[in-house]
Formats: sequence, C-alpha cells, structure tokens
Amino acid sequence: MNHSELARDFNKDEQRVDWHDETLFWIRNKRDKAAQAIPEWEQLRESASAIKDNVLSGLHNYLLEFESNALRNGIKIHWAQDAAEHNLIVHSILKASGIRQMIKSKSMLTEECGLNAYLEKRDIEVIDTDLGERIVQLAKEPPSHIVLPCIHKKKEEIGTLFHEHLGTRKGESDPLVLTAAARENLRAAFLSRRAALTGVNFAVAETGEFVVCTNEGNADMGAHLAQVHIASMGLEKIIPKRAHLGIFLRLLTRSATGQPITTYSSHFQKPREGQQMHLIIVDNGRSAQLGKPDFRNSLKCIRCGACMNTCPVYRRSGGHSYQHAIAGPIGAILAPNLDMEQHADLPFASTLCGSCTHVCPVKINIHEQLYKWRQEIVKKTGVPAAKEMSMKLMKNALSDPALYRLAGKTGRFLLKYAPFTINNHFNPWYQQREMPQAPETSFRSWYLKHQK
Amino acid sequence: MKSREKILSRILEHQPESTALPFSPEIQGNETGSLQIFTEVLTKIGGHVYQPGNLNIMKDQIRGLFPGKSRKITTLSLFSDLADTGWTIQSPSELKDVEVAIIGAHFGVAENGALWITEDQMKQRVVPFICQHLVLLLEKKEILSDMKQAYSRIGDSTYGFGTFISGPSKTADIEQSLVLGAHGPKSLHVFLLD
Repeated sequence: MNHSELARDFNKDEQRVDWHDETLFWIRNKRDKAAQAIPEWEQLRESASAIKDNVLSGLHNYLLEFESNALRNGIKIHWAQDAAEHNLIVHSILKASGIRQMIKSKSMLTEECGLNAYLEKRDIEVIDTDLGERIVQLAKEPPSHIVLPCIHKKKEEIGTLFHEHLGTRKGESDPLVLTAAARENLRAAFLSRRAALTGVNFAVAETGEFVVCTNEGNADMGAHLAQVHIASMGLEKIIPKRAHLGIFLRLLTRSATGQPITTYSSHFQKPREGQQMHLIIVDNGRSAQLGKPDFRNSLKCIRCGACMNTCPVYRRSGGHSYQHAIAGPIGAILAPNLDMEQHADLPFASTLCGSCTHVCPVKINIHEQLYKWRQEIVKKTGVPAAKEMSMKLMKNALSDPALYRLAGKTGRFLLKYAPFTINNHFNPWYQQREMPQAPETSFRSWYLKHQK
Repeated sequence: MKSREKILSRILEHQPESTALPFSPEIQGNETGSLQIFTEVLTKIGGHVYQPGNLNIMKDQIRGLFPGKSRKITTLSLFSDLADTGWTIQSPSELKDVEVAIIGAHFGVAENGALWITEDQMKQRVVPFICQHLVLLLEKKEILSDMKQAYSRIGDSTYGFGTFISGPSKTADIEQSLVLGAHGPKSLHVFLLD
C-alpha cells in the first residue's frame, strides 16, 4: 500500500483524524507562541542554519576532532556504514559483557536501523522507556511521530494495552493512573538492566561530549544506572563548539512542543567511574546524501518534528502512512535517499504549501526538496498513464485560448445541467469534496461586458 | 578499508566547499537575569520556587514539605540535620528508595527556568533523577538571562557529566495530557538564597 491508500484508511475514523489534526496544530500554535516570545528568534534560526552549513562543509575534520576528544574522555568510538553494521556493533558490545536485556531511550536512528527486531531475533530483550515508545512497543507498532510516538493512539486503547501487559484495572484510561503504572513498571527495569542505549541530540567536536534531551528523565535513569551505556548517533549530529549548544537548545524544544527547554539536557563527557561508554557513529546513506547538492540540506535536521505538526497532509494522514522511521515532510525527503523507488510515494504526500520550511529551526528548504524529489522520481520511474494523458490534455487546453474558453463553457454547462457527468465515482476528486457552485459566466466575459 | 576510513573518505569526497561559522560566543548586554522571570518560567513548567530569607527558615520549609521518615540524602554538609550526608554506595541502584535529595546548583537560566548541575554536586550521577523529590539550592545572584550566557559561564570546564534541569520529570504522551513524574522526580523545589 502506498501513502495515499494508507491515508485513506486513517481517514475512515473521522473523529480520530479530527482529533489528530487539531491536537498537532495546537502544538504548532504553542511553537508559534514560544518562538514569538524570543525577539531574536529569526536570528537564532539564521545562526543555527549557518552553523549546520559549516558542519556539513567541514564534516570530515569535525568527526575526527570529535573522535579524538571523545577517546581522550574515555568514550569508545565505533563506526557503522549501514544499519546492519550498527546492529552488529550493538550486539557485540552486549555479547562481550554477557548481557541479554537492554533498556533504550528514544533513538530514531535505532528505528531506522530496525535494532529492536534484530536483537529480539538474537534473544536479547529490549525495553523502550520513553512512555510513548513503550506504548507503541507494547502495541507492536512503530512510532508514528518522532517526538510524540503514540500521538495516533487514544487513551482507551492505551488503557487496554496496560491492562493486558501491566495489570492496570480493566477500563482504566486516566493518563495519571496509566503513567504511574508505567513509572512503577519501568523503574524495576531501570534498576535491573545492565545496559542502556540512548540517542544523541548533539555531539560537540571541540569537547568530545554528547548531549541527550528528554522530558521524562528516562535517558538519564537508564545511562546512570547501567554498567554499559551505548549511544547511537547519525554522523550529522556534530556541532563544532560547546557554545553552539546555546543556540540549538534554545531552538529545539520551542520548535518541538513550545516548551522553553526539555526538562533534562544532559551532557555526557566521560563515562561514570567503572562504566563503559560506547558511541556508534552511523552513516547509513548520510555520506551519499552529502554528495547531492539539492538534497544535502536535509542533513541539517535536528529532529524537532515542527514540520510534521504543521503539515496539513501529515496531520490528516498519520505517521504510519509514511512507512518510514521518520514521517512527515522531513521524512519524505530523507527516505528517498535511502531507497528512492521504495519511497517514491512520499514526496507526493505534500501540498507544497511550504509551511514546513517556514517553521524549520535550521531553515531546511523542505518543500523545495520535495518538489525536486518529484522531478527525480518522475525522470526515473515515469508517471501513471492516466496522469500523463490528463496533463497532455491540460497542456493543449491551456495553450489554446479558443479551446480553453470552450472547455470552460462546457464545464460550467455540465456542472449546472448535468453534474453527474463530473461528480461520479470515476472521478476521485469528488470522493471527499463538495461540488462547487458553477459561476454563471467566466471572468473573461464578465470583464468584457463591464469594460464597455 | 575499515568502515571508519570508508565513511571518512566518502565524506571528504562529498562535502561541499567550506563555509564560515557565523557565531561568536562573546557576551553581549546584561549578564544578570531577572529573578522574577526565572521564578515565573520555572513555576509555569511545574517547579516550586522559594525565597526563604535565611537558612533556618529554609530548613523549616523543607521539613514542612517532607515531614515523613523516608530516606533523605544530601551532598551539602549544611543539611546534615535534615538529611544523610554520609551515604556511600557500591552501586547506584542502592539509591532506589531515596525520597528526597538536596543538592546545589551552579546557576539558573531565566529564559527557561533551567538549573545547571554537574557531577561533583551530585556525588552520583543518578541522584537528581532517581529521587522522588528533588530540592535544589541556588544563590540569587547566580541567575543568568539566557542560554548564550549559560554556555559562556560553563566555558571550557570539564565535568564528566553535567545537566540542565528545568522542572520536574514529565510526559504528555497519553493524549497530550501533562503528567508530572514520568521517570524522574515528581516534584522540583528550588530554594533561592542571598
């Protein structure tokens, strides 16, 4: 199934899709309020964008600088060319310490790499500890949003899941009670697991430290209790200087949820005494993306999710319709880089309205890249015959004034006297739309008449 | 070639022409942040802020907040009459039953209500996360206005581990209903002293 078919499924439950749409736009509004409270907001976006441009242009040396500083700090550095190598490295680290159970805080990269499934096949249990991620893990689903993993779920469904897995009362759906049950249950996991995996929000070349941001405190609970801390990061997460965090941390959470900052912004510089700290630097298509001038900008992304919250298509189609670890507008330009043919539907899942570009804290030209991907995809795979035919007809009508006028006249006539010729089940345009009122006359004839 | 070399050589081949860094971290403007804004922001995100006047009033307030006999620990000898100062552990999980932890913070940030705390103030990294309630101590004059100044203050110091804490642990993952006390402390109490 492609994006539009899955979106049609999502839209069958009208109440749910309305809730999804309105809730995400409510978050988008919170983002606006938070941004408007900072007078230098646009300057911050400008600086963040320029820093990321600089990072991409000097990535080779920044990675080397980060590596040597991190090694000096006592962090073990691993390099993975692709998802398979990343998963293998995680597995070998766990195996070396005889660990069969791991807890994990939010890491979209491990979703991209399919780490959980890989480890489960090798009899290693993984527990996701971000509440939203834990919920979708229990439901055996992928996250539908990078910041709000279970935004597609209603509290009653979560209540049923928790009743089954955590033993909460049947029918209990109070978020307070459900969160308390998860806290209790996951505390036991935090205290007993010897390995914790976290993502990385920023890695500082100058100091060899990395920063992990959470609201729940789950990354810290995991990392500070475990004997082995593994951090997985995409190689684009580098920033040159520690002082640059002063820009990115101001932008990240305001863009994501409208909060001034996450509850915890933790800076890991050295392992705890007696602890192993591993950091895996993952490529998985990123170095190839760097070589594409039209698309390399997407590597500036700091994963705030603002483009999803604002996107009229994402809000009404749900994250699962994208079939990629990162959904929404940014996912639709990242996914084709990994496999253009498999994700050929995604750049078309957009109205090209540009709202995503408008809210992006690092000024990625998302909608322009969506348009460019469409051109690449059409060049490579062509367009459906019906679309090609209708485009040809359209081209003829638009380039011939007499034909154009005749078409307009015919259309107005049919809409007025024989609407069934247009509004029928062969015309997908009318499946979710009301008929417009046909005007009596065209603008051209109105203008000619009134000019006299 | 090993993966590292392959990745690095692909990057070197693909990275665009060098562009300049825009940002200079020098401080501009007023360094002191507003106590009022700090208090407002931190209160809005679920934290509690107190200005007790002196140490004895503060101790009474903490006793009032946590009257029970549950386990309280601190890293500040100042509070030896309120909480355990002599705690030592083999493994951080031994702190699982800590009800209240009282520790100091380096500075606060007015724009987001965050407090900067480093490992030396925690003694054990997990302390400010594993306790049920966290009490932080801050000198009033240590409130900066924004994150740019925060990093200017942090400078190139080494800390092993450091964190900004802004409010109690929270989640809104279930239908966007805000719940305080996700995995970390259920409440945060910040005492401002002269």
